[in-house]
Amino acid sequence: MSRTHSLSPLTLPASPRLPRFATPPRGLRGLLRLLLCFVAIAGAPHVGADERFDYRLEPVRVADGFYVLIGLTEDFSVSNGGNIVNTGFIVGEDGVIVVDTGPSLRYGQQMLAAIRRITELPVVLTLNTHHHPDHFLGNQAFPPETLAALPETIRGIETEGEGFNENMYRLNRDWMRGTEVVAPSVALTEGRRRVAGRDLEFLALAGHTAADLVVIDHATGTVFASDLLFHDRAPTTPHADIDVWLASLARLESIPATRWIPGHGPVSEDLAPLHQTRDYLQWLATTIHQGASSGMDMAEMLDTPIPERFHALAEVDTEFRRSVIHLFPAAEQAVLEARD
Amino acid sequence: MIHCDAQARASAQPCPRHGHESTPCGVATTSHHARPVRAPFARLHRMLQAGRQSITARPPAGDGSAFNHGLAGRLAMGVFAIVLALPLHAGASSLNTLLGVTGSPTVTSADVDPLASPRWGDMRRMFFADVPVVFDERIRVSGPRIAEDSMNVPVSVDVSALPGIEEVIVFVDFNPIIKVLSFQPTGARASLGFRLKLQQSSPVRAAARTVDGTWHVGGTWINATGGGCTLPSVASASPEWQERLNEVSGRIWPRVDGGERVRLRVIHPMDTGLAGGIPAFYIEDLILADANGADLMRIHAFEPVSENPTFTVDLPAEAASGGRIHARGRDNNGNPIDAWVTP
Repeated sequence: MSRTHSLSPLTLPASPRLPRFATPPRGLRGLLRLLLCFVAIAGAPHVGADERFDYRLEPVRVADGFYVLIGLTEDFSVSNGGNIVNTGFIVGEDGVIVVDTGPSLRYGQQMLAAIRRITELPVVLTLNTHHHPDHFLGNQAFPPETLAALPETIRGIETEGEGFNENMYRLNRDWMRGTEVVAPSVALTEGRRRVAGRDLEFLALAGHTAADLVVIDHATGTVFASDLLFHDRAPTTPHADIDVWLASLARLESIPATRWIPGHGPVSEDLAPLHQTRDYLQWLATTIHQGASSGMDMAEMLDTPIPERFHALAEVDTEFRRSVIHLFPAAEQAVLEARD
Repeated sequence: MIHCDAQARASAQPCPRHGHESTPCGVATTSHHARPVRAPFARLHRMLQAGRQSITARPPAGDGSAFNHGLAGRLAMGVFAIVLALPLHAGASSLNTLLGVTGSPTVTSADVDPLASPRWGDMRRMFFADVPVVFDERIRVSGPRIAEDSMNVPVSVDVSALPGIEEVIVFVDFNPIIKVLSFQPTGARASLGFRLKLQQSSPVRAAARTVDGTWHVGGTWINATGGGCTLPSVASASPEWQERLNEVSGRIWPRVDGGERVRLRVIHPMDTGLAGGIPAFYIEDLILADANGADLMRIHAFEPVSENPTFTVDLPAEAASGGRIHARGRDNNGNPIDAWVTP
């Protein structure tokens, strides 16, 4: 990436209008200085190579030609810039397949740079596994004609993408600079096909969202399951349908894979992420249902003790309370409106 | 993976991209553009007056619930109720009673806001000018630390540790419409569960007036970082709300202390009037009475109560007779609420 010319607040040319306040009152002077800072920040060059916004992406080779960029098991914040997600890429014979593009334009650019450190082959397919913002907001950095996703994912990005992007700016601040929503144009269908010489299979599953894409690399037995699997990190549920999600897990379990890549948390060579995710989701669904049918108030549900076996899951306290807000109203409505 | 309130959507009034958390985002309204414009209310009013179908809520038959009428159900219910209800209700209130009895410093001067809100002075002038007011730890307000969905923030107010409560008000310092609701627990326990809309991070407070005329205030901060722009749930976008306006669904559960819990939900958009072109439209009065007409709880709601309001009311043992609860009231357009809630 080329280093763009950078303006520091000190070298910022003063506005020609400023001399009108040549000797401003003491209090105003501080205010002006503050204003100048804001002007400097607003006028700073947009996205460029800036060490303050370096995600330090390090592709991990998990199988022949299969690389994963492991994110933190945290929540979005200014300290992590949104790098809380696992993305990946597969190097084929004559091209590269990208799986998810991360939370921002900067991430997408730095991901592409990381790919370039490994291969010069062109990106021929860029997948978004689902429509959550940490999985597609890096799309801008990749060739637009290579962007592809399941139809429901494309629809979700088109309808909710802007809102997600606004929220991500609030959470990650300047890490998001320049990020715009780019929806994929190619609608994927389920099936097995050769892409850049790799024997890939796409599964159109759902449950975490309305459409969750799973990518199987048959040559290496690697399954990129994205957010259908959470590993050592509590699952998130803002668009979840738990029953559908559990059905998707059952289908995943039938795949004879040697390696699982969850959307969040470490890569695994056994079914631990699947068992963890299923155990938690089953407990969550049962807890919500029992609470609603026993007359609990939503505020009381927030105090539900979390079983010890889930305490090791990162963010579990926060995620459980979020899930109550997501899932309890429907469960409660079903109980209150049930008629004989 | 997605953060809180990231039910983010194409907001009618988008937040500034580089904005600060305090930026008002035109929330505090239940409406959005996709919803049909309100039909003439005169017609709706007549329809409602003309005797709508019975809107009595009943529990499902034979759903395997431990809370059916049957003896076996009641027995099984006991186990559930002990497990689920005891630590959450009895625990909290007995602790508070204990604090009161032992004379711990539960009451502090209203001059120093324990929540350190810059708005407290205004709140005090607005609600408690010229009347005695104290901060009191026995006023319990519970809710999430972070509002995941700013349009539906669950809040539970429990002031039952204080004797002689005449009225309770709930208000939010930093909301554009500050007062959320008030209630008079005429026969019910002095507690209420409900949901509210939160414009931005703010103290959510309850104040209880005791028979001596003193207001006792307590509260909690609820953060809405990144919130404040969340669109209403799909319910309000549904065209069917007009046909179901003021419809009540609810159930009654026996409580482990011999009393009962009533939960009910009223279909209503609860428009704040802050969204362009949509006037304020909200439930004003909701009164719960027993089968003999004895008042149990009077709720006076305002715009910040969430759409399709859901209320949780607890009745002490022997408080209600007749086994069913009469819910009646009206919204600010005069549309009546009139329904029976049964177990």
